Amino acid sequence: MKSALNGKTIAGLSIMGFFVLVALVGSWIAPYDPSAMSSDIMTEPSSTHWFGTTQTGQDIFSQVLVGARGVLVVGLVAGAIATALSVLIGVTAGFLGGVADEILSALSNIFLVVPALPLIIIVTSFLPDAGDFLIAFVISATGWAWGARILRAQTLSLRQRDYVEAARATGERTWRLIVFEVMPNLTAIIASSFVGTVIFAVLSVITLSFIGVASVSNWNWGTILFWAQNAQALAQGAWWWFIPAGLCIALLGTALSLINFGIDEYVNPRLRTTAGGSKVKMRVGFTPVLRQEGGRS
Amino acid sequence: MRFLLRRALFYLVTAWAAITINFMLPRFLPGDPVQAMIARFQGRLSTDAIASLYVLFGLDTKTSMFDQYITYWGNLFKGDLGLSFTYFPTPVSEVIAQSIPWTLALMGVTTIISFVLGTMIGVYAGWKRGSWIDALLPITTFFSAIPYFWLGLIAISVFAVGWGAFPAAGGYEPGLVPSFDWEFISSALYYSVLPALTVLISSIAGWILGMRNMMVTVSSEDYVTVAHAKGLPERRVMLGYAARNAVLPSISGFALSLGFIVGGTLLVEMVFSYPGIGYVLFTGVNAKDYPLMQGIFLIITMAVLVANLLADVVYLMLDPRTRKAA
Amino acid sequence: MTPVLEIRDLSVDYGQGKGAVHAVSSVNLVLNRGEVLGLAGESGSGKSTLAYAMTRLLPPPGLITGGEVLHHGRDKPEPVDVLGLTPKQLRSFRWNDIAIVFQGAMNSLNPVSTVSSQLEDIYRAHRPEMSRAQRNKRSAELLRLVGISADRLGAYPHQLSGGMRQRVMIAMALALDPEIIIMDEPTTALDVVMQRQILEQMMRLREELGFSVLFITHDISLLVEFSDRIAIMYAGRIVEQAASEDMYRASSHPYSKGLLGSFPALHGPRRPLTGIPGSPPDMRTVPSGCPFHPRCPSAFDVCEREIPVLEKLAGTNGDSSRSVACWLNTPSLSGHPGVGAT
Repeated sequence: MKSALNGKTIAGLSIMGFFVLVALVGSWIAPYDPSAMSSDIMTEPSSTHWFGTTQTGQDIFSQVLVGARGVLVVGLVAGAIATALSVLIGVTAGFLGGVADEILSALSNIFLVVPALPLIIIVTSFLPDAGDFLIAFVISATGWAWGARILRAQTLSLRQRDYVEAARATGERTWRLIVFEVMPNLTAIIASSFVGTVIFAVLSVITLSFIGVASVSNWNWGTILFWAQNAQALAQGAWWWFIPAGLCIALLGTALSLINFGIDEYVNPRLRTTAGGSKVKMRVGFTPVLRQEGGRS
Repeated sequence: MRFLLRRALFYLVTAWAAITINFMLPRFLPGDPVQAMIARFQGRLSTDAIASLYVLFGLDTKTSMFDQYITYWGNLFKGDLGLSFTYFPTPVSEVIAQSIPWTLALMGVTTIISFVLGTMIGVYAGWKRGSWIDALLPITTFFSAIPYFWLGLIAISVFAVGWGAFPAAGGYEPGLVPSFDWEFISSALYYSVLPALTVLISSIAGWILGMRNMMVTVSSEDYVTVAHAKGLPERRVMLGYAARNAVLPSISGFALSLGFIVGGTLLVEMVFSYPGIGYVLFTGVNAKDYPLMQGIFLIITMAVLVANLLADVVYLMLDPRTRKAA
Repeated sequence: MTPVLEIRDLSVDYGQGKGAVHAVSSVNLVLNRGEVLGLAGESGSGKSTLAYAMTRLLPPPGLITGGEVLHHGRDKPEPVDVLGLTPKQLRSFRWNDIAIVFQGAMNSLNPVSTVSSQLEDIYRAHRPEMSRAQRNKRSAELLRLVGISADRLGAYPHQLSGGMRQRVMIAMALALDPEIIIMDEPTTALDVVMQRQILEQMMRLREELGFSVLFITHDISLLVEFSDRIAIMYAGRIVEQAASEDMYRASSHPYSKGLLGSFPALHGPRRPLTGIPGSPPDMRTVPSGCPFHPRCPSAFDVCEREIPVLEKLAGTNGDSSRSVACWLNTPSLSGHPGVGAT
């Protein structure tokens, strides 16, 4: 898998690793309790409060640090559950074919077409006090369909490959065929689908917190923005309140997308942007001609 | 044709599923929002209103679940989505009818522009490999990772609060009455610039990337080589042979991601207090206005299904392989 | 025998720098007017690369690193340096003077356009003066030439059978009455009966219209039957060239002998089928010296060190149509009397 680790993947993984680290140690290294109020109201970033304070004197830097955990926990848990679901449904549908395939495909298409965010909003609003894990569960229940569809398509094409047919002809049992012949070839796509689902989950949980549907006592980056919006931070020009949280979201999202691009390029080598070192300009439809006396080395 | 019929059938099934989910939600999730509301509005509710609320929330223990289901469907066909809590006593359907034109006008138009523009840029980016466009990709990726609403917040703080060039909230100048005169329309346009730009910038990256990747894949197909070998002008090969084939997955991708797009545009409306259906949903969530939320969910779902059907029609027109052989 | 196409010292690489793969190395080939020249070799030998490189059709990362391609046109006094043409000139040269019949697999035709529209593309690019009526007439005529009825003009590629698609490819190649037609594995995807029909049709058309053919395939038995001369490629080099009769009866290069011995003759005494031990080299790590030496039954010491040059067959008096690239052909080195003398 040497070529899987190109520049993009490494960059993405490092940023991601940084955030995971913050999520793990955040609540220990945070200088203040994020919910603790103080008398330093609406102060700009300073040496005592690196990201400034809120309207009730809470330290925003601590909020961002602690908030990382909320975001990442939901993101990764939802991603894991949704990916497990999509593998289960997608691969089974692709492999079994026939009526099972029709039913499972119809099911995933329904969940794909129905707008996810409004559905999540409604379901969560019916639940009185939704904690992180419950939200992760709701998100994964709506977000598995995309991956399932892709996996089904891949499984369909793999199923017809010769080596699978050969294994089947030697009498290997169905579940063994799925696990040992088909799955190893799906790893790249499963990884890509996992990353995509995590992106979706992260954005969803932040949105839910921002609107105020998810419990606002658990700190995550969306909650920070919720309070900022509530206190009219914009109108008051308190840019330090909402910029760090948003930047973190964007950075995490970019990191995940980079990882996905890296995986994409590994799967489909043609997508690689021409790495530097190509002195001759390639042009589709016209092979370049080098003509030097003396030929080539 | 068979393709279209199959798709239409699928959409009907999905619609049925969405309606049923909507029906089931208040009955299966904990929490008892309705009693509080009924208690609050006791004196002002007509018996019909109370009856329809009972149906909506399954409080009528005298009738069976199945009968309630039938009545629910009956109400739907009459256009009765219940009464809104926050805009009491306005019926939900009226609230939605007032706000949906704003959403369609702004978000609908912007989404389509973003798709078309993004796809065209993607065609060029994919065709001319190794050009300066490739260097833009990391930037566009960053922009696509930004949540729509945060970009909206930034836009507001920079352009509205900081610079004062554009209004920070609302759909039109407060005090104006909606009508079809120039004063109102120009005001509406002015107020829509920031939200539109926010949606455009956030979403265009995805289309560019998707189309670029497809163009790259298609450019190495045999029929493109044949087109070059035939000595056709480059524009013809790029558009008629490569782009024409590469755009097909984008169209089905567009249809499928409509649900996601809708989510994003809702948020933009919330941030800008733009009087569309997203903003109404926002107020509904905060006030725990369940009839309103459910009604909006239904309408949004139906709209997405219709859009999907339209996308399928377009796909049918573009890809002859989906039409059965004569 | 006047040449219509001359390839001199052509070399093609994939990629640049240290990791470059030399797919074609210093190839010299001449196609004479009105003849069928067969180009044979296993997959990876570089024959398709050569065909595409001739009109600069190789996709990235292909790169032409040396040599010339000269076209001696019917009405042109001077030979045209194809590789030196500007893109605009090359575009009008392509298909007009050299056309390619691609494998008629599903992928060679644009899946979203009709047959008629793909033919019209050609007219619009090269003969803009044609009127609509003339275009329709020409399209119908072309289809008739290959034995397809004109009502298939409105069909999409997925509505045609494999054999029909191949014939549509041939019809497209004939559209501008080119002097040279390159056929790149035209029958590989077809069954034997269809193969024969198409090839015979092709040869009939050649007699009728008078174009020259470069016939590329891995199936050397077809070349023996249908071509006037045969050139055999191995690891990006031409190892032998001869008239097909001579090649069939008494080939000189050990590789040619191996290839020809790999299929049975219908007539004559039964003989055991020989194959060639080993497999073609990975083009990234080509053996030193003669690329065939690891598999060659007659290899000797110089074969591993030096690459043999394609030269006239020793022992044939001035008959320049036979050449071979083998150290056995140099009596002073090999100690043999010369391969041609056996």
